[in-house]
Amino acid sequence: MSAIVKVGDIHKSFGSNHVLKGVSFEVNKGEMIAVIGASGSGKSTALRCIDRLETIDQGQIEVCGIRVDDPKVDLHLLRREVGIVFQSYNLFPHLTVEENIMLALRHVKKMSRDEARRIAMNVLEQVGLGQKADAYPEQLSGGQQQRVAIARSLAMSPKVMLFDEVTSALDPQLTGEVLRVMEDLAADGMTMLLVTHEMAFAKRVADRIIYMHQGKVWEVGDGSMLDAPRTPELRAFLDNGL
Amino acid sequence: MSGGFTSSHLVYLVQSIGWTLVLSALAFVLGGIGGFAVMLARISPRAWLARVALVYIEAIQGIPLLILLFIVYFGLSVYGYQVPALVAAGLALMIYSSAYLGDIWRGCIEAMPKPQWEASECLSLTRWQTLRLVIIPQAMRLALPPTVGFLVQLIKMTSLASVIGFIELTRAGQIINNSIFQPFLIFGLVGAFYFVLCYPLSRWSQSMENKLNVSNR
Repeated sequence: MSAIVKVGDIHKSFGSNHVLKGVSFEVNKGEMIAVIGASGSGKSTALRCIDRLETIDQGQIEVCGIRVDDPKVDLHLLRREVGIVFQSYNLFPHLTVEENIMLALRHVKKMSRDEARRIAMNVLEQVGLGQKADAYPEQLSGGQQQRVAIARSLAMSPKVMLFDEVTSALDPQLTGEVLRVMEDLAADGMTMLLVTHEMAFAKRVADRIIYMHQGKVWEVGDGSMLDAPRTPELRAFLDNGL
Repeated sequence: MSGGFTSSHLVYLVQSIGWTLVLSALAFVLGGIGGFAVMLARISPRAWLARVALVYIEAIQGIPLLILLFIVYFGLSVYGYQVPALVAAGLALMIYSSAYLGDIWRGCIEAMPKPQWEASECLSLTRWQTLRLVIIPQAMRLALPPTVGFLVQLIKMTSLASVIGFIELTRAGQIINNSIFQPFLIFGLVGAFYFVLCYPLSRWSQSMENKLNVSNR
């Protein structure tokens, strides 16, 4: 097993707020890792640092051999390896579903229209939205929009995908359809790192779970750690959260 | 002895509307190009460039258009560049509207949600691609009403070109008035012509704004 993402002792502050206090973990190829923790524990920040949406103050991050902490890192290269899906979908509202997916294929990967369309239809089928290709984002439900966002990211064939609380903005009945897509991706061998509040999902699907507390990795384990937390903090978090 | 207002006077006035429109179009198109450049500079990640654009905007917005006209028309002629009045007026109006349009458009670009930039960035789109393919198409909806609103201002401001001798609607009115001296009638007519040009645009701008407000509710 080779590590696709290596995070080594990273620190990050926003002003006087020390958000990450020496976080380390690795994500191996084909692994699905779920990061859980209370809000403010730094889990989303850690995820955003990996795609360099935030820069770290200290430590190392390596993604597919690319040193993300290097100030001269080729962001273009990094972002072709990393896909990210956000809580708020962030689809382009002026483009149809298909155009949303084709945009980067056409302008970044310089594909022909036909080639891009073929890939777009492929990933749309994969997330079960083949029939929505011509719809605009506002015509879709939140769950459908999030599945399009996953498809858009997937179309760029990243080596690792990051999910930042992708179901947090959804009604419970829409959460399931998004989680199902993510589960399929994991089953296909996609390397995934997700920040989530869906404990049952994390327990069932994730290879490993990382519990973050106050800017540190507090506990790491497989699904069973949620049944038998070793630290009082995780126990308290699970009791309050569920 | 002054005669009465004749149909040939009216024809002369109506024809001069053409020059008002030519000057307005020239100022708007050139100012649009300049304004786009000013907007790009203003949102540039290069701090010095953004600073230069800010100074430009603030300087121009603090100077009356009439003075800009004098600077361009009389200033250039001192150095031996005797430019035609149309060119001088077009240039002054371009400098003027670049600053205003640049500022209006910067505001519209900056009003676009930051996550749209972030999502584009994460798809490896370059900054320019993001602007061109994602941000500007969305910002245009927001920019259209104030841009048309500014065009209305611009049409009215072309009347200032009359002071450097460019014969547009206002100057034509002055010329007729100098010969028949019926200021109330003539300038009333001139005003009515401006109104006819501007009012539909104002209404259009307003209705677009109302639509925007509804869809943003």
